[in-house]
Amino acid sequence: MAAPRAKSAAALRRSGWPATLWAAARTPRGAIGLTLTLFVVAVAALGPLLAPHSGEQFVTTPFAPPSVAPPLGGDVLGRDVLSRVLEGGWTLLPVAFAATAFGVVVGAAAGISAAYLRGRADGLIMRSVDVLLAFPQLVLVLLLLSIVGPKLWLIIIAVGLAHAPQVARVLRAATLDVSERDYVKAVELQGVRPFKVMTKEILPNLTTPLMVESGLRLTYSIVIIAGLSFLGFGQSPNIPNWGTMVNENRIGLETNPWAVIVPGLLIVLFAIGTNTFTDAIARVAIGVERRPQELAEVGDPDEEPWLEALV
Amino acid sequence: MSPDPAGARTEAPVDAAAAVRLRVSDLEVGLRHSGADIVSEASFSVAAGEVLGLVGESGSGKTTIGLALLGHARRGVEIRGGRVELDGVDLLELSPSRLREVRGARVSYVPQDPSSALSPARRIGSQLHEMLKVHPGAVADPEQRISEVLREVRLSDDPAFLHRYPHQLSGGEQQRVGLAMAFICRPSLIVLDEPTTGLDVTTQRHVLETIRSLCGSYGVAAVYVSHDLAVVSGLVSEVAVLYAGRIIELGATASVFGSPLHPYTRGLLAAVPSPERAHVLVGIEGQPPRPGRRPVGCSFANRCPLATDQCRQAPPPPSERAGRLVRCYRAGEGEREPSTPVSAIANLAEGSAEVLAVRGLDAAYGDVTVLSDLTLGVGEERCLAVIGESGSGKTTLARCIVGMHSNWTGTISYRGAELAHSARDRDLETLRRIQYVFQNPYTSLNPRKTVGQILAQPLRHYFDLAAAEREARIARVLEETSLGPEFAPRYPDELSGGERQRVAIARALIVEPDVLVCDEVTSALDVSVQAAIVELLRRLQRERRLAMIFVTHNLALVRGIAQGAVVFREGRIVDAGRVDDVLEHPRDPYTIRLMADVPRLEAVG
Amino acid sequence: MVWRLVLRRTLLGLLTLLVVSILVFFATHVLPGNAANAVLGQSATPKRVEVLEAQLELNRPVVDQYLSWLGNLLTGHLGHSLSGDTLTGGGGQPVWELISPKLVNSAILVFLSGLIGSVLGVLLGILATLRRESWFDRITSVGALTVTALPEFIVAVVLVILFATGGLQILPAVSTLPPGTYAWSEPELLVLPVATLVIVIVPYIFRMTRAAMTEALESDYVEMAKLNGVPTWRINLFHALPNIVPPVIQVIGLNFLYLAGGIVLVEFVFNYPGIGQGLVSSITQRDIPVIQVIVVILAAFYVAMNIVTDVIALLASPRRRVAR
Repeated sequence: MAAPRAKSAAALRRSGWPATLWAAARTPRGAIGLTLTLFVVAVAALGPLLAPHSGEQFVTTPFAPPSVAPPLGGDVLGRDVLSRVLEGGWTLLPVAFAATAFGVVVGAAAGISAAYLRGRADGLIMRSVDVLLAFPQLVLVLLLLSIVGPKLWLIIIAVGLAHAPQVARVLRAATLDVSERDYVKAVELQGVRPFKVMTKEILPNLTTPLMVESGLRLTYSIVIIAGLSFLGFGQSPNIPNWGTMVNENRIGLETNPWAVIVPGLLIVLFAIGTNTFTDAIARVAIGVERRPQELAEVGDPDEEPWLEALV
Repeated sequence: MSPDPAGARTEAPVDAAAAVRLRVSDLEVGLRHSGADIVSEASFSVAAGEVLGLVGESGSGKTTIGLALLGHARRGVEIRGGRVELDGVDLLELSPSRLREVRGARVSYVPQDPSSALSPARRIGSQLHEMLKVHPGAVADPEQRISEVLREVRLSDDPAFLHRYPHQLSGGEQQRVGLAMAFICRPSLIVLDEPTTGLDVTTQRHVLETIRSLCGSYGVAAVYVSHDLAVVSGLVSEVAVLYAGRIIELGATASVFGSPLHPYTRGLLAAVPSPERAHVLVGIEGQPPRPGRRPVGCSFANRCPLATDQCRQAPPPPSERAGRLVRCYRAGEGEREPSTPVSAIANLAEGSAEVLAVRGLDAAYGDVTVLSDLTLGVGEERCLAVIGESGSGKTTLARCIVGMHSNWTGTISYRGAELAHSARDRDLETLRRIQYVFQNPYTSLNPRKTVGQILAQPLRHYFDLAAAEREARIARVLEETSLGPEFAPRYPDELSGGERQRVAIARALIVEPDVLVCDEVTSALDVSVQAAIVELLRRLQRERRLAMIFVTHNLALVRGIAQGAVVFREGRIVDAGRVDDVLEHPRDPYTIRLMADVPRLEAVG
Repeated sequence: MVWRLVLRRTLLGLLTLLVVSILVFFATHVLPGNAANAVLGQSATPKRVEVLEAQLELNRPVVDQYLSWLGNLLTGHLGHSLSGDTLTGGGGQPVWELISPKLVNSAILVFLSGLIGSVLGVLLGILATLRRESWFDRITSVGALTVTALPEFIVAVVLVILFATGGLQILPAVSTLPPGTYAWSEPELLVLPVATLVIVIVPYIFRMTRAAMTEALESDYVEMAKLNGVPTWRINLFHALPNIVPPVIQVIGLNFLYLAGGIVLVEFVFNYPGIGQGLVSSITQRDIPVIQVIVVILAAFYVAMNIVTDVIALLASPRRRVAR
């Protein structure tokens, strides 16, 4: 039914991001993505409470195959793989979330200001973005970590900083588009201060790129942070961590592959989950956002078929 | 405009049946998934050498019909039934490969926006060549044919021109290339979908002349799709008026426009402004139902002054009256209201004090000068029309006045006080006094805010009011703009174009300005909505004693609303004076040409 | 127009590189207190620190140090590695000797994966669009969405399990080369690293191609071509395809840039002797001169690649290339 769908799309558009998230979660894609994400989050959050042993305790022989006692066998040093898996998310996910938040906030602030203030601010911000982009993400992070050492806060800042330029570019483009709209001009004509224009008029119209960027960056955060641990540049190697586990246990692939497969799978499920959910958000939001603009531009819209074609 | 039933009858479709090239019967088009109907029971025919006008407002289904004539439906749309017979062959029955051979060769299409319909990455010559390559046998000598058709559409046929890319051509040239591609294979039927929308009036007239002469000399049947009644009236012999997917009136142009039978046709005609006379424009209240929400009965019933219970129970069948087909139980009933003459000039004392004065204004975008040495003024309670075509600099003037464009020199003063260049540097009181209404109501309202929030924002900014007082003022201004307080909680995307523009006007008026600058405020709206907005502005200007600058490209609009007029051309004023003087006795050759080229509905009568 | 763009981009690129060199130099050399201490770590004795400081010229003013470092860099004097003999006080291997074979190996890896990945991604993208809403389209789209999220080291480990250690034991699990040889002498070593990188980049290129092609096929000019009776194959080839070149070139460029970083993990997994692996080991060993050179080379690649993709995209777009 075209008409009710149009109605709900309109409703979605105005009630902002919670409604969009909810709508995304109700699409098949979004449901799968969200389920995977929440499953891994649950493992990470509840795991430490359920772990039968301490992840740093030696309970069996190195690479002992799965049995009754250690259900997933032993790792490279004979520690319990199950316990390390259950504890290994707690060190990974919060860092990924924090790094994403840092990167998105810094990147968005830079991108929005660059686009709205134009001129020198724009030039300066975008040149800095270019400089940061000249380092491949992982290299930038490695470099920062090698200078100061593997500190938790540094991982968050370094990974966030690696994301910021990409976020800045996307938000700059989105802001350029929004700030040219007449409703922004209408407020500027009243002499409203730039900061207020940005936060009150522009920002509410950037929720879609912000949501999509946050989702994408969360996916890449987990990928980078797990990669760091895999390279041995994460936190202390004693602390269980899914990324570290994949690396340190891969020499024992033939005797106990579970020590690699299970942590690897959790990383993969989380990344796929966040990425799929993000895709669902983008799909829902695009269907919603494009419509009014299109209406304005088309002389004779015959608009309903167009709407239908989207979904 | 003297109705002539006898004359009308001789031109009626039935009599022309002998040389019919295109016959459409019971065409049904709908949405694939929801099943909603876009076009129902469309039947008409066109004879060789004749042009049929298909007129309707946004969403009436006119483009959908135009495309169906080539057996094409856009994504999500399907042609459900009916016949489209071209020289006796039903196009809807053809196999895809046969249909492909017919398209472009036997039936061709001229799109609304040529700039996006020509492949941007290919040269003009190669696109013309392709037409002949994919339709071998259409013409004998491709090279010669290309030269010939280019000359016919009044384009150059030299190799340098053929070597250009579409973006290197002007809008008029692009549309002529579109025409050349449509005529190159000598088709039997040509569908023109608003081909002159977006062109300035002079180019539009030239393109229309080309179309008229080509249709005549090729003996082609043509269907001209348009929302512009004035353009259609001068071009076509027969006209079909569309409303909500149905042809509600079909007949000879002179008789349909001269003595409309359907209440919708009447309403539409009453809404069309005239460059010759100032008369009250009457809009049609409400909006057409969308596909899928069309009522059981007549689709127009809820907006129709004559509607009865019968109208609401079943859609009226087509009936023949005075040589026309009309779908209305009450066709021809009721008095056609004579248009009420108005004069914006009457009852005004000469020479009111100048509220806004522009002296020696030069403005530029970067290095490009857009306005030079402009001087004009608007008096107390006066409305000045600023007339110009696209690119004339009229919008730049409006933007300089309100401080949106700050790259200018000269002086702009409000009640004797010079204004700062940029809105940023003006004081709050000045900003409040001069308000601006944007052209496009689809982009001027923040989609994330309700109407109430949109109206509250300037109130908070300029005044320090208690919440109750704010509410009261919002309710009052919504009443004044004929919306009503129930609009406050709605979001812009729940509103029609006309309603949005009323909100935009309300936003300007709620802060009690002295000067209102209206920049092409009706150009994004349908004609029936345009009429209502113009009337609203006229009323508000009187009631609120506003000085107003009414910027427009539409000469016909200004008569009823403005006292003074200036005509812009390439950033200069070429004509100025009282509005009737400027329009009736234009001095400048440009204004004379403009007046001559503007399409007129009256040409019919 | 093209030359002006190249000139502008080159100047901006050089500026970017200059800033990058400053950042890299100061970050590795000056910021964390004393680089010599950092290098020697726990084993620092005053004597050793002094030797190393002299070697690193840490006793001169910072700006002087930077300028002479930059001068050396520009004249091709890349200095000596600190690893190996450093602890005994002797000079290490010249950086250029250490890096150049790695550079060649990495270049082979990047260009091979980039080439295969681009061709595959573009072809799949076009095919999926032409068969829109078919099973092929659905499966490739969902597949691309899924694979996009996969970390490259996981892909690498899975490939190792499948083709080297687990299921089929037909390919080497590590790609160690004897010193002084290049990757082309033992092509089977390249298979798994290249496959990993291809799997990682194909989804991006696929998705962008599909999006661009879909947009082109839904454009007014394609609708117009249909209404003009142009055959479908002609529409696809002559109307849609030319218009997807600029965005596709851009995304291919982006993926080459990604590869420059992506090789780090992949070379590490396979122990492939390239600059990625070189970077990881030099970071582990705090071999500052090597780190600096590798990072500057990567940044130069970024700048060059950006200019190349911009120019190609410009040449492929008449709207931007030819003035009105």
